[in-house]
Amino acid sequence: MIPAAFEYHRPPDLAAAIAALRDYGDDARVVAGGHSLIPMMKLRMAEIPHLIDLQAITALKGISIDGSTVRIGAMTTQAELIAHDGLASLAPILRETALQIADPQVRYVGTIGGNVANGDPGNDMPALMQCLDAGFILAGPDGERTVSAREFYQSAYVTLREDGEILTAVSFEATGGGHAYEKQKRKIGDYATAAAAVLMVKDKTACSRASVAMTNLSDVPVWSKAAGDALAGTSCGPADIDAAVAAMLADIAPTADNRGPVEFKRHVAGVILRRAIARAWSRA
Amino acid sequence: MNEMAPISREERTQNLKGLGCSRKRVEDVRFTQGKGNYVDDVKLPGMLYGDFVRSPYAHARVKSVDKSAALALPGVVAVLTAEDLAPLNLHWMPTLAGDKQMVLADGKVLFQGQEVAFVVANDRYVAADAAELVVVDYEELPVVTDPFKALEPGAPVLREDLEGQTSGAHGERRHHNHIFLWEAGDRQATEEVIASADVVAEEMIYYHRTHPCPLETCGCVASMDAVNGKLTVYGTFQAPHVVRTVASLLSGIEEHKIRVVSPDIGGGFGNKVGVYPGYVCSIVASIVTGKPVKWIEDRMENLTATAFARDYWMKGRISATKDGRITGLACHVTADHGAFDACADPTKFPAGFFHIMTGSYDIPVAHVGVDGVYTNKAPGGVAYRCSFRVTEAAYFIERMIEVLAIELGMDAAELRAKNFIRKEQFPYMSALGWEYDSGDYHTAWNKALAAIGYEDLRREQAERVEAFRRGETRKLIGIGLTHFTEIVGAGPVKNCDILGMGMFDSCEIRIHPTGSAVARLGTISQGQGHATTFAQILASEIGLSADSITIEEGDTDTAPYGLGTYGSRSTPVAGAAAAMAGRKIRAKAQMIAAYLLEVHDGDLEWDVDRFAVKGAPERFKTMKEIAYASYNQAIPGLEPGLEAVSYYDPPNMTYPFGAYVCVMELDVDTGSHEIRQFYALDDCGTRINPMIIEGQVHGGLTEAYAIAMAQEIAYDEIGNVKTATLMDFFLPTSFETPHYTTDFTETPSPHHPIGAKGVGESPNVGGVPAFSNAVHDAFRPFGLRQAHMPHDQWRVWKIARDLGLNG
Repeated sequence: MIPAAFEYHRPPDLAAAIAALRDYGDDARVVAGGHSLIPMMKLRMAEIPHLIDLQAITALKGISIDGSTVRIGAMTTQAELIAHDGLASLAPILRETALQIADPQVRYVGTIGGNVANGDPGNDMPALMQCLDAGFILAGPDGERTVSAREFYQSAYVTLREDGEILTAVSFEATGGGHAYEKQKRKIGDYATAAAAVLMVKDKTACSRASVAMTNLSDVPVWSKAAGDALAGTSCGPADIDAAVAAMLADIAPTADNRGPVEFKRHVAGVILRRAIARAWSRA
Repeated sequence: MNEMAPISREERTQNLKGLGCSRKRVEDVRFTQGKGNYVDDVKLPGMLYGDFVRSPYAHARVKSVDKSAALALPGVVAVLTAEDLAPLNLHWMPTLAGDKQMVLADGKVLFQGQEVAFVVANDRYVAADAAELVVVDYEELPVVTDPFKALEPGAPVLREDLEGQTSGAHGERRHHNHIFLWEAGDRQATEEVIASADVVAEEMIYYHRTHPCPLETCGCVASMDAVNGKLTVYGTFQAPHVVRTVASLLSGIEEHKIRVVSPDIGGGFGNKVGVYPGYVCSIVASIVTGKPVKWIEDRMENLTATAFARDYWMKGRISATKDGRITGLACHVTADHGAFDACADPTKFPAGFFHIMTGSYDIPVAHVGVDGVYTNKAPGGVAYRCSFRVTEAAYFIERMIEVLAIELGMDAAELRAKNFIRKEQFPYMSALGWEYDSGDYHTAWNKALAAIGYEDLRREQAERVEAFRRGETRKLIGIGLTHFTEIVGAGPVKNCDILGMGMFDSCEIRIHPTGSAVARLGTISQGQGHATTFAQILASEIGLSADSITIEEGDTDTAPYGLGTYGSRSTPVAGAAAAMAGRKIRAKAQMIAAYLLEVHDGDLEWDVDRFAVKGAPERFKTMKEIAYASYNQAIPGLEPGLEAVSYYDPPNMTYPFGAYVCVMELDVDTGSHEIRQFYALDDCGTRINPMIIEGQVHGGLTEAYAIAMAQEIAYDEIGNVKTATLMDFFLPTSFETPHYTTDFTETPSPHHPIGAKGVGESPNVGGVPAFSNAVHDAFRPFGLRQAHMPHDQWRVWKIARDLGLNG
């Protein structure tokens, strides 16, 4: 667990960070909380000659709420997300999800930007961002652009972020309604065996809108449009939930690992989604 | 003197903080302040750092090792391979089990993570960089990770070095991957009983491979002083004197020129008993370079290369009468030892004390045979917080009892009670040759069942099953029962030795003139709290406060020879030595007191912290006064000073026991569980420090919980370790750890000086079957007989699915 030698950079602002990325090209990576990247370096699975630490860039920190629009700076830690009461009342699913990430020590350092930008299929925030229909704001040498979380992930660790870009913030519209982030894991600190993010808006007795996304059940987070559609316009009866689960199962592609064989993961994905729907609907 | 107002006998006893006192652990002052001194804290001037090049393959021929690029890296001092060690005859080393083991790959590698080359550099980072630059050319060979396949006729030959050797350290080898067959008991009589029995239950019970995983990994600092020719080795050694002797025998350095120091140790659990290639390479590197060399393994190295535990396939048959009286027990074990037989058992017992497998039951006849097998897995087979192979034995019998209960259609608690060895049968000679010292199983069992409300729980469980069948719940309740009997305190020198070194232990006491003392023992604490508890034993024996007694261990230059700490042997053996040394002190003190009080020895009686004249308690001398006089007053016929040494060879093992009950809720849909209640009654004989016992029980139960429910070292079919990090190797945090209720009965050992039996390992031994039986018990109404551990989520789900409970 001894990394190879690397140069450590701590740029004071975003422009300097982007310039450093430009200067070092493929030899450089930005680091936020470091919970994915540093272990990879210690295992020598990633050799990064130039490590660009974003923690001095204050502009990347903070949560701003404007009406129903939420913008969260990339360097905001999970602990800060959890502690933010305004966010908790407007979009409580963030606190519910963040509380299920790792343990308090990790959450004091781990950031939302690092969690979503790395493209690790085990991370919880990517599916949540897809569920919320969030946009990722990417800054590069040619300025800023926004990419939908639902399009961002291509395959494990491969995203639409260009090499010279830095993910600076996530942004979404809070929709209200009922929510749930349901996660099965083996222990504290583990990635999900299966997890489901569910948002449901209720119109009198019927579900007017639903969004469903799943964590760690494919090489990318899975926003299941079909599962949400199966619930929309229904009263969420048993047959409707069955249809949503069946739709979700058609969208995931889990692989076997120490958490269990594929058959188990598919089974748990169904159980977890049913629980998430039940909880979200009860809160809607 | 004696002018103080007299204080009561009770108060004087309390002031000693002796036996039975929940004295706070004196070690914890430094540990809780981060002031412990572990081996990685040892920093010597000019120290170099070692790192291993390890095999990525489980079985491969090593065609060449090119170290030129590594040697060219600035800061690299040496790169050692088997070729470099061969002239010293150190490319192989003997194991504690009578086998030999490669120190560095000699022509081939036999498990993933095996040591191939040792890089030495002036900086830890340079050493790691250089290890990457060593180019090893491997030719992959067929891999065997299944011990049954390893014994098939066409299986690959793993140990080419043993080719043609039809016998090993423990008798005949019948196959090239066979290590030994070890047997105990009467095979013929057992077969006859089973053949004619009313009822026979048969089951394969697998105790999976796991790892002790101490928080501190293994490591050492070797320092050869070229001027005085003395080698000092600091290391994470559970048996420092054994390491000294082995180092002397291997290196040819005279034993007085070797000093082995075990500093603070961050947990051992059996992982730190054996001798590892890292120690040998560090010592050689220090001798070659003339500089201290440090080697500390990382977590992945610890989990993949240093000693594992268990991996026993136990095929059992148990017979009984129709009404549930057990008549016989047979077991055949296929024991996967990995690439080298590096178990750390007493030498005459290649399967440890597995033949304690008749457990707490009066079983008239039994037989066990254990086949040791080589596979392409890491060597080891150590006693992970248990006496040698005792947890395997306890798991086996406690599972077989449950299976028999199913076969008989009987309640498993009732079946146990019906077959317990009765109180009046002690000392009890088991069918496999052990003499159980003392016990009162029925009392403990009844207390346990009453405490948890057994009848009510069974009623609730039955109601839950009905609700489950009606579709009202997806959760089941399991009630896991265990009554275990341990065998600890190895052991009598007549049959217990390690490589010929008898398993006695020792204590030296020196009383200072002002009435404080230092005592040194041959054991070494790894968290057990020896500095606290041994002082308590002595306090009660010699009448000085435990607070005035310093305990020292682990430095072979100062501590008396002992066999170290594992197998719950410290209290039974070294604790006994401490008591006996204390009694020698007291005997001399009595003579001094007699002189001072001008009476005959026989006219004095011991009274907590003093000798008093019989019938005249106001005439006395305290131990403090006696200590002062022993140095400063000329006493005719007595040498000055007050010191004693005792080397204690125990007459027998001790047999702690306990009754554990686990109540578990299992979610059939997700395979997850919740421990609703865990009740642990331990009988460890005389209780020295109840608070430390409780802490030991909590720790051991938590390890047992991990082992039963998730912890494993798993390999894929080509020998890759799938669980090499703490992401996949389960180590419970405070969040996962269940709540425990502890309780006790106290049945002293009749042969131990203070009646103590040892407790550190009981909770691991008894805990594993309690957790596992709870899982099995939950599914018993649906037809489950046996499901192998660990009972992690997907395996529990698989039980439910295979029983048709998942739709």
